[in-house]
Amino acid sequence: MAVRSEELGNTGTLIYPSRIRLPYTWHVGKMGSRFYQEIRDNCKIWGTKCPKCEWVFVPPRETCPRCYRDMPEWVEVSDTGTLLTYTVTRYGVPGIQPLEPPFALGIIKLDGATSGLVHLLGEVNLNDISIGMRVKAVFREARRGDYLDIKYFKPIRA
Amino acid sequence: MDKVGIIGVAQTKYQRYNPASHAELAYEVTSKALEDAGLTIDDIDNTITVCNDFWDGRTISSMTITEATGSHKSPTTNVEGDGTYGALMGLMRLLSGLHETTLVVAQSKISEGIPSIITNAMFDPIYERMLGLDAINSAALQMRSYMAKYGVTEEQCAKISVKNHKNARANPYAHLPLDITVKDVLKSRVLADPIKLLDTSPISDGACAIIMARERTAKRKHGKPIWIKGVGHCADAYHLGDRDLAEVDALASAAKRAYNMAGIRSPLKQIHVAEVYDAFSYMELMWMEGLGFCDQGKAGAMVDSGLTEMNGALPVNPSGGVLSAHAVQVAGLARIAEAVLQLRGQAGGRQVDGASTALAHGIEGACGQGHCVFILGK
Repeated sequence: MAVRSEELGNTGTLIYPSRIRLPYTWHVGKMGSRFYQEIRDNCKIWGTKCPKCEWVFVPPRETCPRCYRDMPEWVEVSDTGTLLTYTVTRYGVPGIQPLEPPFALGIIKLDGATSGLVHLLGEVNLNDISIGMRVKAVFREARRGDYLDIKYFKPIRA
Repeated sequence: MDKVGIIGVAQTKYQRYNPASHAELAYEVTSKALEDAGLTIDDIDNTITVCNDFWDGRTISSMTITEATGSHKSPTTNVEGDGTYGALMGLMRLLSGLHETTLVVAQSKISEGIPSIITNAMFDPIYERMLGLDAINSAALQMRSYMAKYGVTEEQCAKISVKNHKNARANPYAHLPLDITVKDVLKSRVLADPIKLLDTSPISDGACAIIMARERTAKRKHGKPIWIKGVGHCADAYHLGDRDLAEVDALASAAKRAYNMAGIRSPLKQIHVAEVYDAFSYMELMWMEGLGFCDQGKAGAMVDSGLTEMNGALPVNPSGGVLSAHAVQVAGLARIAEAVLQLRGQAGGRQVDGASTALAHGIEGACGQGHCVFILGK
């Protein structure tokens, strides 16, 4: 996206439109790898539980963010949960958005988890989302071991 | 704590598409801060720059402005974070006893990049980043959470935008002085509900510099140093889902540390002016709660009462705040510079009469993950 020189106020200064390209390979780590393998292979969502405060964190962490204790215990949580907060993104940003705007995002407290999981909301009327809404994960058919193997969370119809 | 004084401050005017290069911006404020302090570059014995490689579009960005800040061939270190943390590191340099006079320089050219792509990159690449989260829609998750938990309204948030843009009209450095109404804010374009265009801060280029010195030097070199009375900082958890986004625990902790140092027991009474990091309208409400100006969830009512207006008991963001000029990373240092001007009685049309104790606040990370609080006094 080049800035036109006249937008600099005819100051006589030049601009150099360019872009930064940087291939990068992130290592998911042992906790994230198991988390994603369970979703990819079994459509199961797992977290880790703190032996001290008993919070269950999803995605799983090696160390409790609250107590700084090791969390060796893995706990399977439900694919259903409750919406804690949400927004509908109505502007477009090239290259970073998984869906065409408008699209909904929320933080979901999965049943059996204590922390919230930020994710997309789908199969939903964008004008009819509310805090406390019950939602369920919809898994992608061709799963490949990343965050979008959960395609989105959809409302559970009462 | 040994006494450390702020003896020089400078800012550029904030604007979108400032034609200067980042080094030219850094030079502008370095030379002006020296002039303000009555010093030359030879009086500076160490420098802190505040640069972020993503925003600057180059790696080890700080090393590209050593000449512009006069810091080559001298001790210089970079802080990647908000400018308040640059000032914090500058303070620590002086308290170490190894240095006498520190220059802190922050510059940013936000209009060179695409802010949403850059702020998307603050999220974990193997988790939330691929959801298209950025500074705006993540803030929207927080604003909704805060409003729902405490019954704060969009109107109350809009009042912050109206107040700060109005205050900006008396600040020659401000990017976006505006005469708007609550209705204008509520009717502005929805970006990520409940956040609307006029709840957000502008894309600003700009720079700020401050010069700090140990007590003896500060007194010798400057007639009226502004003293650092207290400082505190604290960070919350990284993943948004680990936090209660409606709460401000990290800020409350940072404020408590700063207040303890400064001997402040009743912030509302003892602080005369506050400059806080209102990147979004609702943030000013939340930060006032974290700073203990009112109880949790009561900031909306406090704003309704007019207490934080220019003629209220505790004016907040007389400069127009970050809503009126948001050069990322610079903005926290600018809060300190504005607080210094207030305490010197040099704030012109935005002066709070008789201010002798001021608060300056900066944030970093998504939804105010980290906070840094300074208490300044005469």
